[in-house]
This record gives sequence, structure tokens and C-alpha cells, in this order.
Amino acid sequence: MSAFNAIGEEREIDREEFTPGVEPQPTWCPGCGDFGVLKALKQALPEVGKTPEEVLTVTGIGCSGKLNSYLDTYGFHTIHGRSLPVARAAKLANPEVEVIAAGGDGDGYGIGGNHFIHTARENHDMTYIVFNNEIFGLTKGQTSPTSPKGHKSKTQPSGSAKSPLRPLSMSLNAGATYIARTAAVNPNQAKEIIKEAIEHDGFAHIDFLTQCPTWNKDARQYVPYIDVQESDDYDFDVHDREEAARMMRETEDVLNEGTVLTGRYYVDDESPSYSQEKKAVGEMPEQPVAERYFDEDAEWERSYDLLDRHV
Amino acid sequence: MSDDELIWRIAGGSGDGIDSTSQNFAKALMRSGLDVFTHRHYPSRIRGGHTYVEIRAAGHEVQSRGDGYNFLLALGDSFARNPQEEAYYGNEELKPLSENLDDLREGGVIVYDEGLLTEDDVAELDLEEKAEENGWHVYPVDLRGLAKEHGREVMRNTAGVGVTAGLLEMDLEHIEDLMSDAMSGDVLESNLDILHEAYEMVGDEIEVEHDLRAPEGEHDAEQALLSGSNAIAYGAIDGGCRFIAGYPMTPWTDVFTILSQNFPKMGGVSEQVEDEIAAAALAVGASHAGAKAMSGSSGGGFALMSEPLGLAEMTETPLVLLESMRAGPSTGMPTKPEQGDLEFVLYTSQGDSSRVVFAPGSIEEAYEQTRLAFHIAWEYQIPTIIIYDQKLSGENTNVDVAFFDREPEPGLGSTLTEEELAEAAHDNSGKFKRFQHESENGVSPRSLPGQKGGRYLATGNEHSPVGHISEDPDNRVYQMDRRLQKLESIREELDEEHESNQAAFGDDDAEYGIITWGSSQGAVQEAVERLNEQGHAVKGLGVSDMMPFPEAEVTDFLESVDEAMVVEMNATAQFRGLIQKELGRFGEKMTSLLKYNGNPFEPAEIVEGYEVNLADEDREPTAQVRIEPAAGD
Repeated sequence: MSAFNAIGEEREIDREEFTPGVEPQPTWCPGCGDFGVLKALKQALPEVGKTPEEVLTVTGIGCSGKLNSYLDTYGFHTIHGRSLPVARAAKLANPEVEVIAAGGDGDGYGIGGNHFIHTARENHDMTYIVFNNEIFGLTKGQTSPTSPKGHKSKTQPSGSAKSPLRPLSMSLNAGATYIARTAAVNPNQAKEIIKEAIEHDGFAHIDFLTQCPTWNKDARQYVPYIDVQESDDYDFDVHDREEAARMMRETEDVLNEGTVLTGRYYVDDESPSYSQEKKAVGEMPEQPVAERYFDEDAEWERSYDLLDRHV
Repeated sequence: MSDDELIWRIAGGSGDGIDSTSQNFAKALMRSGLDVFTHRHYPSRIRGGHTYVEIRAAGHEVQSRGDGYNFLLALGDSFARNPQEEAYYGNEELKPLSENLDDLREGGVIVYDEGLLTEDDVAELDLEEKAEENGWHVYPVDLRGLAKEHGREVMRNTAGVGVTAGLLEMDLEHIEDLMSDAMSGDVLESNLDILHEAYEMVGDEIEVEHDLRAPEGEHDAEQALLSGSNAIAYGAIDGGCRFIAGYPMTPWTDVFTILSQNFPKMGGVSEQVEDEIAAAALAVGASHAGAKAMSGSSGGGFALMSEPLGLAEMTETPLVLLESMRAGPSTGMPTKPEQGDLEFVLYTSQGDSSRVVFAPGSIEEAYEQTRLAFHIAWEYQIPTIIIYDQKLSGENTNVDVAFFDREPEPGLGSTLTEEELAEAAHDNSGKFKRFQHESENGVSPRSLPGQKGGRYLATGNEHSPVGHISEDPDNRVYQMDRRLQKLESIREELDEEHESNQAAFGDDDAEYGIITWGSSQGAVQEAVERLNEQGHAVKGLGVSDMMPFPEAEVTDFLESVDEAMVVEMNATAQFRGLIQKELGRFGEKMTSLLKYNGNPFEPAEIVEGYEVNLADEDREPTAQVRIEPAAGD
């Protein structure tokens, strides 16, 4: 009998299973874009056949960090910026668990920026959803790494002198193998993209545009958006790195001008995920490390056998 | 000072093979039946600069580096020369000889490489005069020429070992065996030729004038030569650890390397990551998912870990961290030992946080307490930290292999199986009450992601029994009290079920006490023995449990003596401060002997510290130590 029977369980899954009963109710503000991520996830997970108990959602701090309080899976609500190192280790320890990491733009692109680059670079098999509302919400409205240049806030009262970070281009350059942007106001696209990201075998990065009605009133509410896959104006091959890079730049340029382009930007199905690479060089066992502790037949090597013994 | 011991110091430039040569020579001495103990001194640079390794070998037990040394093999520093111009950078070439003379005992032996150092160079040092004054015996030998003749210049280490063996009348058998294990083909042939020729020069070309000979000894059981880093790595392996994440930093890197090299063969995973925040966070993530995981660093890197450390405590994720101290603050002296991070390790992280901290005092304790750290972390779901230092990390000594002949402990402690989860408490929505208030010893058993019936939320925020964020005042108090209860339960378990982690030595009835912690223990133990041989009544205590503190044991010790000296390698008497904080008294009984010049204590310095401090000799100590008077003095 396996120690992790929730993994790979095949049955009809109701999306209501992902709602944690009466308590807690989301504390997000009315009109918050974060509701869109929660809804899309609840729809996507049953459709890809995942049960709540085989999914681990790992979040950072901020409004986005509360995602797994309102989504009933195994969850780890970490600390500001640290969701990715926690998430990728959980995946390394038990690759059979479905790992979804989530956080905000301050959390993921600011304080956790270093981890973001390296997790993308290593192409860990996981999904990473960044709630991008261009603001620090829970700390009450400070400029974030994706806030537009000139953005005024209590901490940058004269307007930010910094250009916003370009998450899609950054992700591509770092090595992510699935990169998309979607928006809370576009639930069907969001659900489909999340499904693809979960099924993708590698690091899937979703820049999820979530409006903040309380602290970012000046910001565009990400409508109307254009789906680049649906529109005839944007013809590019998502498997072609060069074309993807060009489209990402364009998308990131026009977002600052008020045009919201969403969709899949880059899909690399060929590159092996990190655990495949790690197995190939002999750094990763076939049996999940976590399984081993429950395996009665497992042989536990002893340090005694490593000693260079001599009388 | 013991006459029946050899303390051989090989000095040269970093990158000249000093480490590997000394490691092999130490093994050869061990295989000849001697007990050995090494001490490594090196600068923070890759090549060149003055470095040495001391090997103390005796027919009896050795617990520390000795007092000074009695045989110097001074190789030139080959990196001190500019290969293009055959020029020397300043006087570095001379350093292996010039820098070591202060510590050489009377009657000691010097071998230096006259293939590198001309008579004119050596004349600068007034070596002849000093040798006469101290009764040293100086043997200039052309090691470089001999090496070049039969192979390459780099083999002059072998020539040096050959001359050493000849001068000490050692058998070459063990040295040859070790060389045959390490090399083959032409390289082995050349090295063996050089070894024999150098050995035979003694007697033929070199007239022996000194009395020092290799001591004799015999082991009655199989031995292994290993370092503190080896012992910690082995303790982790036997404790069931199969996941390590880290970032390189001296001196913690040694353990990281040993486990990275062994885990692939053992079904484990090792990850080198972007920084220490990530490293500790990875260990937390892996542990959360069901692996026995560890991470570690040295002072500066450990500073970054205080955040994930707090997360591990709040989420009750089992975790073992290592903190291998080097001299600070900031980058300090990267390759030099100090015991300066105690307070940092005890109190780092937010709020009323707590963790278990062990400070092993010997290589055996390093193994034992690392195993224990894994046991306690997984049983009580609390971070445990092994605090040690560059000294313990890098010193090698022989250990009876039977010591390691025991079963591994791969159990996940208070982690439930799915069968147990089915019987466990859940809330109305089906969530597992992973953080229950009611529990006997503070421990509320956990589940793992992917287990049926174990769904919960782990959060660094204060949380309800199922893990939802909660700021309810009653819940806060319950949860806080339960987490704090763990330390008391751990203290009880340590007192009742395990042999004491504290090492006591000397006479029970002694009126003077010397108390220390961590890697200074060996030198203190030896000093206590020597003082007793000299007719003083002294006893010693090496404390390893830093948190939870062994109140009863330390109280008994301090109550039983009139005066006590606290020995530690830092400038602010951190351990003495801890004792006073934990026990709330004895301030007037304790004086401190502090050393923080980058070199570990020699037993003689502690003996001297005792004489000045406790025996009230009216003089200043000659060693580079500082005395901190008792409270109120």
C-alpha cells in the first residue's frame, strides 16, 4: 500500500471540494482580481483530474498569499518572497505531488526575484501564478516592481523614477518553458491557461493580471483585453523563442500604454524538466525520497560502510 | 609537556598539496598504531600564502592540538614565485620557515628545502643563532632537486615525507600503501623512487643529531581517520537525512560536499541553490513534503536563514540546520575558528521563537548529536541547530570504527500514516486538525501532502488547529504555550532517555572548575588532566546543550566548586552570559578565559589561564588571551 494514496486517485471531482467549508471567507476587497484566480483554479483542477489532496499550493505573503486559505488543497503559506524555494523542494522530495506556487508582483518579482530567476532557469516542473496588480496591496498601496514609471504612492510621492519590470521577458530569458499572461476579467482564458500550465512538464509561469480596486484606482482595470491567440492582428509561433520574445516585448510595451494583451506567449514542450535532467545525471532517485521513508523494504545505507577502516 | 609525542608541522603555500600530504601522513601514523589529531591553519586565498597543518601523534589518547610542535617540514611556497621571471614576491618564499619558528619547541627538528631557499635567504632569519639558543636541529635538504630529478617539482612533498620518515626512523610500509591507493603508473613509480631516495639520504648524506623518534603504539581495534565535518555528515546519514540544500561558505561547505557526493548513491537529493534564504527554505519545503532534510551555513550565510528558521518553527516543520562558525563580525576571518555566533544562533528570528541547539565538543559528539538533532527535530517538529566551528570542522582524529556500527534511524517521528490519519481528528469540512491544542508534550502529529485524509494549511501566520490564519486571542495563547511546551518536553527526554550530552572530566571533589562549550572541550580536558597531574584539584565540564539548557547539570557543577573559569573562543564571554541568564546566579563565581586571535586554544594556555585566574598568581598571561573578571570584581 502506498503511503500517498491521494496521489493519482481517479474519480469524479467536484469543484466544490476545493472550497473550505464556511470558514474562512475571503478577506479580499469587493472587486478584487484575486477572486478571478481562485475561481479559475477551482475550475481548472477538477478538469485536469487533480484531487485536493494531491495538490500542494505554496504561497507567499500579501493578499495573493491567502489564496490557499480559500482553496482547499494541501497548502503552505510561507513568507514574503519565499514560495518558490519551498515549492520546488517539495517537488524534489515528492515529484508526484502537484505543486502550484502563487504570490504577488511584489512578492514574486521584488523580494523573491532571485528565486524566480533561478526556479525558471532550473525549469522545475511546477506552475507559478503571479497575481500582478502593479501595487503592494496588503501593506496599503506602495509602488511595486510592476507599477508604471511615474506611479505615485505614499512611498514614492513624486512619482516612481523606475521603469516597471518586464516579467514575461524576464521569465523567458531566465529559462521558463511555459509563459502566459491572463487576466481575472477573462475567466475562460484563465482557466484554460491554468490547465495547460499544470499539464506542462516544466516551469510554467503565468503573469495573472489582477486589478486592485482599493489601492490602484488609477491603474487600468485590464479591460478591454485582447487575446493574442484569438486576434488576427497577432500572428506568431508560441514555440519559436525569437517570435515569443518579440511578442512579449510588444505586450509589455503596450500594457504601459493601456492596451492589455493576454494569451500564451511561449511554449517549449521539448526541454526536459529539472527532475528529468537531475535523474539523467544521476542526482535524483527514481523512487520519490518521501516514499522511501514508508517503504519497508528500503535499505538504509549506514555511515559505517563509508569508513576507511584500518587497524 | 609530553616527550613521547610527535607534533609534525608541514608548512608551505596554499595549493602546494599541504593538505593532502598531511592527510596521508596522518593516516600512515594512525596505521602504525598511533592516535592522531590534526590542526589546520590556512589563509583565505586559493594559492600561495602561508599555510600549515600540524599532526599530533602519540601512543596514548590525544584530544586536542598540542602545545607548540617539535618537527617542522618547511616546504617553499611555490606560488610565491612569479613563473615568468623566476622572481619572488617579497619574502613569501621564506614564510614556511620564518613564520613557524615561534611555536617550535626546544630541541625541535627543522627540515627545509635548500633547493628553494639559498643560504643567503636563510641567513636573514638568524636561523643558526636561534637554533643554538633553542637546541634545534636543522637539516637543509634539496627536496626540490630530488623531486625534479625523478619526476616533477611538485613531488617535493614526497621527498619531505621521505626525509621525515628517515629522521624519525619510521617504517615506510604504511606510506607506500597509501601512495599506492592514491596514485598509479608513472606517477606512483616516480613518487616511490623519490620517497626511497629521500629516506635513504638519512644516514648516507644526512647525519642524524636529534633524539626525537616516532612514538610507538598499537590499536586493539579498527580505526578510521575522520574530521568533524565527516562526523556530522555521517550522523546525518544515519539519522535518515536524504535531502540537503546549501550555498557554499567556508567552513560549512565540507559537510555540504560530503553529503552531495554520497546522497546520489543513497536515494537522496542534494541541491546547490542561489542563496542561503533559498537553501533553508528548500530544506523546509522538502521536510514539509516528507523528506528528512537539512541545510546549513556559516555566520554570514546563517544570517539569511533566520527567516526560514522562524517559518519552520511556526509551521512546526522538522528541520536540521548547521552553523559552522568562523571569526566575525561580517566576513570576519573566513578560515579562522571562533565561537562567536552563540547568541546569534540562540536568539535569531522573529518573536518568542525557540529551537534546539547542540554544540558538540568532539568528533564523536558531533556524530552523536547530529543523529540526535534529527531524532529531536522529527519527534518534536522543531528546528534543531548544530553549532560548531572551523576547528571542529577541519580537525581529523582517529575513532574506533565500532563507534559507528549501529543502526540508522530513518523514522519520520511524529508523522502519521494514512491509517492513523483516518482515526485522527478532523473539522467539519474534512480538514485534519494538524495543530491541535490538546497534546501531552506539545507535539501535535502531522500529515504529508499527498496523504489521504491529511489536508491542512501550514502557515507562518498564527493559525487555528487546521491551519487557517487566526488572530483569535485564546487560540494564540494555546498555540504559543503548546509550542513552548516542546522545549520542556525535550529537556525531559534528554535528561531521561539519553546519555548526557555534557562531558565531565577530572576529580569530582575538585574545588576549582573549568567550564567550556563546543570545540574548546578537547583542550580543556587535556588542561584539566595536566593540572591534576601537577597536584591541583580541578575538574572540567564541556557543555553541549545550548538550548534547552541543562540547568541541573550545570548548577550541580557550579555549586560543587569554589571558583570556575569559563573558556571560550570569543571576545564577549557569550557562553558565560548564557549560564548567568539561564541559572540567574553564579556571576560572582565565574571568570572568563577568552581567546579570539583566530587560533584555537592550546592546552598550555588554559593551564596558564588557571594559574593566573584561579590560583591567583600575580602576573599577566603570556598567551594571546583575555581575562574577564567575575561579576562585581
